[in-house]
Amino acid sequence: MAGRGIIGYGTYVPYWRLDRSKITAAMGAGGGRGQRAVASYDEDTTTLGVEAARNCLRASADASVDRLIFSTSNPAYLDKTNATAMHAALDLPSSVTALDLNGAPRSIEAALGLALNAPGDNLMVLSDIRTGRPTSGDEASGGDGAAAFLIGDGSSAPIIAHELGSATEVAEFLDRYRQPGDEFSRVWEERFGEQAYLPLAQRAVERALAEAELTMDDIDRVSVTGMHARAVRSVSRLAGDKLVNDLTAQIGNAGGAQTGLVVASILDEAEPNQNNLIIRLADGATATVMHTTDAIADYEPFRTVASQIEGGNDALDYNLYLTWRGFLDREPPRRPDPERPGAPPAFRSEDWKYALIGSRDRSSGAIHMPPMRVSMEGGAVDDMEPIRMADIPATIATFTVDRLAYSLSPPMVAVVIDYDGGGRFQAEMTDVDPDDVRIGDRVEMTFRRLYTAEGIHNYFWKARPAAS
Amino acid sequence: MSSHGIRDKVAIVGMGCTQFGEHWERSVDDMLTDAAHDAYASAGVTQDDIDAFWLGTMGSGVSGLTLSKPLQLDYKPVTRLENMCATGSEAFRNAAYAVASGAYDMVMAIGVEKLKDSGYSGLTGARPPSDGTDSTITAPATFSLLAPAYAHKYGLDEETMKEVLTRIAWKNHRNGSLNPRAQFRKEVAKETIAGSPLIAGPLGIFDCSGVSDGSAAAVLVRAEDAHKYCDNPLYIKALSFASGPATGALDSTYDYTTFREVVASATEAYKQAGITDPRSQIAMAEVHDCFTPTELVLMEDLGFAERGLGWKEAMAGTFDLDGDLPVNPDGGLKSFGHPIGASGLRMLFECWLQLRGQAPPERQIPSVTEQGKTLGLTHNLGGQPGAAVSFVSVVGSELG
Repeated sequence: MAGRGIIGYGTYVPYWRLDRSKITAAMGAGGGRGQRAVASYDEDTTTLGVEAARNCLRASADASVDRLIFSTSNPAYLDKTNATAMHAALDLPSSVTALDLNGAPRSIEAALGLALNAPGDNLMVLSDIRTGRPTSGDEASGGDGAAAFLIGDGSSAPIIAHELGSATEVAEFLDRYRQPGDEFSRVWEERFGEQAYLPLAQRAVERALAEAELTMDDIDRVSVTGMHARAVRSVSRLAGDKLVNDLTAQIGNAGGAQTGLVVASILDEAEPNQNNLIIRLADGATATVMHTTDAIADYEPFRTVASQIEGGNDALDYNLYLTWRGFLDREPPRRPDPERPGAPPAFRSEDWKYALIGSRDRSSGAIHMPPMRVSMEGGAVDDMEPIRMADIPATIATFTVDRLAYSLSPPMVAVVIDYDGGGRFQAEMTDVDPDDVRIGDRVEMTFRRLYTAEGIHNYFWKARPAAS
Repeated sequence: MSSHGIRDKVAIVGMGCTQFGEHWERSVDDMLTDAAHDAYASAGVTQDDIDAFWLGTMGSGVSGLTLSKPLQLDYKPVTRLENMCATGSEAFRNAAYAVASGAYDMVMAIGVEKLKDSGYSGLTGARPPSDGTDSTITAPATFSLLAPAYAHKYGLDEETMKEVLTRIAWKNHRNGSLNPRAQFRKEVAKETIAGSPLIAGPLGIFDCSGVSDGSAAAVLVRAEDAHKYCDNPLYIKALSFASGPATGALDSTYDYTTFREVVASATEAYKQAGITDPRSQIAMAEVHDCFTPTELVLMEDLGFAERGLGWKEAMAGTFDLDGDLPVNPDGGLKSFGHPIGASGLRMLFECWLQLRGQAPPERQIPSVTEQGKTLGLTHNLGGQPGAAVSFVSVVGSELG
């Protein structure tokens, strides 16, 4: 890994927050203080990952992507690779491989190892949606989010942070576990896990510091992440006042993505030549000393973790949260169930459906969404060039609130939008209060899961209010 | 290359129209049988006299067998067709062309739809397999896009816009209260309309046409033969159809305050019929009031009101039963519901009654009875703003 490190990063914290007091109020138990981030009804770990990856790439214009590596503990599909949908949404060439490293939250170590050791600029995406039984600690302390890191050798963009040393300790013990198909994890009694994790973490830290040829005194910041809250607290005592916020109070613990979000939050505020000790606990313990370079001073994240925490909306009610996660089966509208997308039509329109690529008439300049072969202006045939619309902001031309349409979270908001520089599209709108939509409002595009029918997730783009 | 029309070449000599409503006890076959035999009786002919049939239905059956089986037709040609919500009108248009061509002496256009068996709210329809990116908003939502766009363009506040839409629904329900064939035969108070539960955008349940079952039919012959069957036939003056490029949702110059397809089809129909001032020359219009903002925009697209002034005319009563130009004197889709294949022919049925002085006294329109106007217009619309098909017919009680 010599000579390799982080050359870019981006994060995505979903818009909605569940205030934990709402769990307590509804159930008479559980919940607590603070808030957890909640993936909307139209988000899954794949779409969260796409948003984080987009934010990463938008801050790293000079980077190419040679490899896409995706890790989550809550994949949208089994058997089918999820990274291929992200690959399509990011409009990566087919020669760029896309890999899932899914399963336990510890799988992020495999993703990181591959990203650090394989040549080229590697895009590592960590994403998670955490659930728990109503009133459980997992429900309250869990969170949803994603982080993406571009890791390379510095030839395409400067390295902003790199490893000085790293060590892993592994042990077999029952901390948390889940049978395939179960909705929730089970956890063993907490004091046991604390005792199992603590010595592993201590040894990992000692070995990482030794490899870095540093002592704890040389460390500026320490993060401790992991799903075992009691063990995290215990290990955090090693850090003293160098401990950084693990974000659990603000957005919850996003499982496999938590370390990524916390590291990103460190980088958001880091000075050059800062030594950061990154400790994560998952079926063992891993400690890494991450050193920031001078280049961090010039790196502008597309959206900081803090700004996304600030931009959240805590109006979400607990019953809606349960509905979104599929734990409350509500009466559907008296409308037909949505139809599954057909595999061949989706394959034919991959550029449109996944990458939001329209066609632009070379002679008239007219932009067509979806792409067309015959121009609506002048009628030129097969004289179009592709144009990616995903990152272009737009303005609402007219809109409606559909209270009859099938939606996992009615009512459905539909908008007709005009893109800056040309192009029009009728889109669903998300992350918005239906009463707040107005003609002239600014929007941006976001990759979402429209619905799932007959086991097929229907991914496509929606509009959401432009970030202020 | 040019469109010529078939002005005064074909006549309607008989029509039938079932009551529209929730016909739990009657099948598609029942309704087709009723409408067809009512039309035979109206024309004074038998089934054997009809040479060919055009059946319009969106989803209540496929193929000519949908008609030939219940009517036990004797190996006659039946064309089953579909053109979205203009399906009934499309059956009529193609049947008329067959007569005009000289291929047949006497034909029937018949439309039917049974919507209430689906168990769903609103319209539904099977779509071919897709990539999953097509809009899934409902019909009321697509048409509700017109309301904020119109209000924004012409400076109406939300309250005024709601009043305009409410009055359109109120007017059509009022007309429907006088019509025994209508699905809804009661006047509805404006407060009830305005306060009804929201369906899409500003549209409440009373801004939407009903969901019903029904059938209607017409018997057509060459104009020169019409008086063999009927003392007072209706002559076809114009038939036009426009299927748009569906660029409204792609083209930023489209502002959701018009249907370009309606403008095109109206322009063509007026040319065929020799109409230069539809507002003053037409006695009545049956238009596609699927949702209240649709009727508002249609008043301008059909040339009944100046751009931006349709709302004022609607508020002033121009399109009321006793107004300058009665629109939907039978109660419209608002009172009849919209059994898709049947609606276009149901519209013609009201022209058949009104222009020939057969409408019941309480629904007769002064533009015919007092001013002696002879022309009626029907308009059918399918699709949604920006991606529509539009049909316009003009019929008249006199030749020339």
